[in-house]
Amino acid sequence: MLRRMVLAVAVSVGMSAPLKAADDLVTTYELENGMQVVVVEDHRAPVVMHMVWYKAGSADEQPGVSGIAHFLEHLMFKGTDTMESGEFSSTVAANGGRDNAFTSYDVTAYHQRVASDRLELMMRMESDRMVNLRIGEEEILTEREVIIEERNQRVENNPGALFREQLTAAQYLNHRYGIPVIGWRHEMEALDMDDALSFYETYYAPNNAILIVAGDVEPEDVKALADQYYGVIPANPDLPPRLRPSEPPQSSARRMVFYDARVAQPYVTRSYLAPERNSGDQRKAAALTLLAELLGGGQTSVLSQKLQFETKQSVYAGSWYRGTSLDATTFNLIMVPAPGIGMQEAEDAMDAAVAEFMAEGVDAAHLDRLKMQLRASQVYERDSVESVANRYGRGLTSGLTIADIQEWPEILQSITSEDIMAAAEEVFDLRTSVTGWLMTEEQEVSQ
Amino acid sequence: MIRFVYAFIAIVVIAPAAWAEIKIKEVTSAGGITAWLVEEPSIPFVALELRFKGGTSLDLPGKRGATNLMVGLLEEGTGDLDAQGFARASEELAAQFGYDSHSDAVSISARMLTENRAEAVELLRRSLVAPSFPQTALDRVREQVLSGIRSDLKDPEQIAGARLAELVYGDHPYGTPGEGTLESVAALTREDIAAAHKGALAKDRLFVGVVGDITEEELGPMLDALLGDLPETGAPLPGPADVAITGGIDVVDYDTPQSVALWAQNGIDRNDPDFFPAYVLNTILGGGGFESRLMTEVREKRGLTYGVYSYLVLRDLANVYMGSVSSANDRVAQSVSVVKDEWARMANEGATAEEVDKAKALLTGAYPLRFDGNGAIAQIMVSMQMDGMPIDYIATRNDKVNAVTPEDIARVAGELLDSDALQFVIVGQPEGL
Repeated sequence: MLRRMVLAVAVSVGMSAPLKAADDLVTTYELENGMQVVVVEDHRAPVVMHMVWYKAGSADEQPGVSGIAHFLEHLMFKGTDTMESGEFSSTVAANGGRDNAFTSYDVTAYHQRVASDRLELMMRMESDRMVNLRIGEEEILTEREVIIEERNQRVENNPGALFREQLTAAQYLNHRYGIPVIGWRHEMEALDMDDALSFYETYYAPNNAILIVAGDVEPEDVKALADQYYGVIPANPDLPPRLRPSEPPQSSARRMVFYDARVAQPYVTRSYLAPERNSGDQRKAAALTLLAELLGGGQTSVLSQKLQFETKQSVYAGSWYRGTSLDATTFNLIMVPAPGIGMQEAEDAMDAAVAEFMAEGVDAAHLDRLKMQLRASQVYERDSVESVANRYGRGLTSGLTIADIQEWPEILQSITSEDIMAAAEEVFDLRTSVTGWLMTEEQEVSQ
Repeated sequence: MIRFVYAFIAIVVIAPAAWAEIKIKEVTSAGGITAWLVEEPSIPFVALELRFKGGTSLDLPGKRGATNLMVGLLEEGTGDLDAQGFARASEELAAQFGYDSHSDAVSISARMLTENRAEAVELLRRSLVAPSFPQTALDRVREQVLSGIRSDLKDPEQIAGARLAELVYGDHPYGTPGEGTLESVAALTREDIAAAHKGALAKDRLFVGVVGDITEEELGPMLDALLGDLPETGAPLPGPADVAITGGIDVVDYDTPQSVALWAQNGIDRNDPDFFPAYVLNTILGGGGFESRLMTEVREKRGLTYGVYSYLVLRDLANVYMGSVSSANDRVAQSVSVVKDEWARMANEGATAEEVDKAKALLTGAYPLRFDGNGAIAQIMVSMQMDGMPIDYIATRNDKVNAVTPEDIARVAGELLDSDALQFVIVGQPEGL
């Protein structure tokens, strides 16, 4: 089957335009103050996405102020020296655009989608709030209520989210990935102006930021505007290196049972500490990326085949791995038991399926299909410059270089079955794992 | 720095019309299947969107959930391919097929590479025209649906949505979730699934949008190959829902820290001459994201919620005007009170000229942003056809928004909005309600 695919690709290249990967549309450069710029061209519609990514996320916070990175993200929509509170978003809206922002462990990013002739206005405003933020005491108090309601909505009202918080906290013994991005509630309730400004003044600077512009723009025009608005902001000479507390050797498997009356569907999940993509050293992460797909990436995956189709012990079984991360990440398994299957039985079945995979090895045809899909994803991705922009933003804020990001598809294609099995042997170490059962007390009684 | 921003707040005409460049052609195949096409040869793939009008509202009495389960089974076997065989075949082609259903339609979304399009079309055809519905797949997917229903029964947002639908739509299919109940889904047989398939996927209710690397000449034969074998007619569509909302607050007791509140009143039809004033009105009141009055009053000024929204719900068989907010149990009463006050204020006072101008700038500027990719454009074209819009609608739509005046808003707000008739459903343990 693979041979036919290869032939088909060759024929298509011969007959029509050569297959261009999305990265061919990417131009990158650096401003004199150290701000990195990535331009992704797509001239199909006169629209542009303007984004600034700061290399600062919740894992860069100081102890005791969890949630401050995210709280600051909210406060960035208040005023500056020259703009009223709320004026940023209302200006974007008055210009027919949409704006928003997000915070994660390693990054805080701000973005606007507008007609491409509004790019200069976006740069003026975004560069302004990089250094001129002004927040009122009243605003701190009101917005703090908003983030607590956000936590209520995303976490407190959702037993699965509460469970994941506990699992992650147990996974990391020392690293701040163990603390939720939105913050622990008791610390959120005490966040104040000084906490917000301290984070802002430390991390919001051009030499800690990446500008990404994607859409109907010319790279040289973006360069001129970026020089004018971002290039004039001085670098922060005191920007601290991104050295977070690192994990000690993990030598004891952790287990937990989380009970909540609101749980409808119990499940078993396990995470293992896993290496992430590192600059110049991405092969192990590439092997784990393919492993996650082979083992639990969908209908034809090993876990699905064994547990849903063969033994029918599972309603859903899967695995996932997020390799784009500044520090050590996790490899994850999930098993949702079918009715009548107890939690221990479910966990044992999941373990047995993984053990069988370790004995049987990689199905070569399956790996070929995955690689075909990865090649195709480069074609499909050209339909969405935003996903290209996000890929660069995530990579560059996770310690990777432009070259690392561009080499990644080829590295994935070069991974062998042996590489995948070696990575699996290494990652499936129970001593670095956390196993959790999510259930209600009635479910326990009924077993 | 000078206050440069005011210059831009003064309302701008969004100049280069992105949509003017979207050239839609209507293509009718030799076999009589009509599609709207945008040729976009720059990327070697095609996005295809199919919609079959009717959807889960076609479920027969006692068979609630049949259409939903049937759609979930389309990719679970055809001819000599079982579920895994079908999945492997689509993986080999790197074709992406999505099968979905909702209360008004069954929708199929596909992305197919140019290099193997004929094979991908054939595979998709087999799933649509000749699904085998194996009993083993039926049993397995049924368990997944039941698991989803059990989760919905404990999810405050889903509980609120289901309760409000029951109050608003009563016995109409819109009044119950399309996934069905634990009992109705457990009782579905292979015959029920086959009947749902025959009733839902037919040419007399089909709408097609295609965007990508394909020409008009290639599309006709592709449509006939893909869809020519479908039956000409399907099951009769249900009649309009009898929406009767009288107002009130219905509390569903649920032990969770944050209450979820939904509300509804009578809505407005897309073809009503006052639809565009109502649309602009809603943008000002609760549809315009951070800029809306509800967001300003409930979130920005009082910090009572992370998000509060209102939306005109336009379904094929009913129109309602809805909204949602979530607040901690001890604060949700205040949120509800502010929502009712804002509803009444808009009904009594309408909106200022500045608010109307801002909403129009937001709506007209945001419109071209929707056309961001082949798949998105294909979906928009299918919706336009289902809603009976002319093929040149995209070029005229912003004119309709711009024609709305503050006087229109004041008049329509007075006629449409009724804060006493709002039906609230609140799931949680709200204090003081």
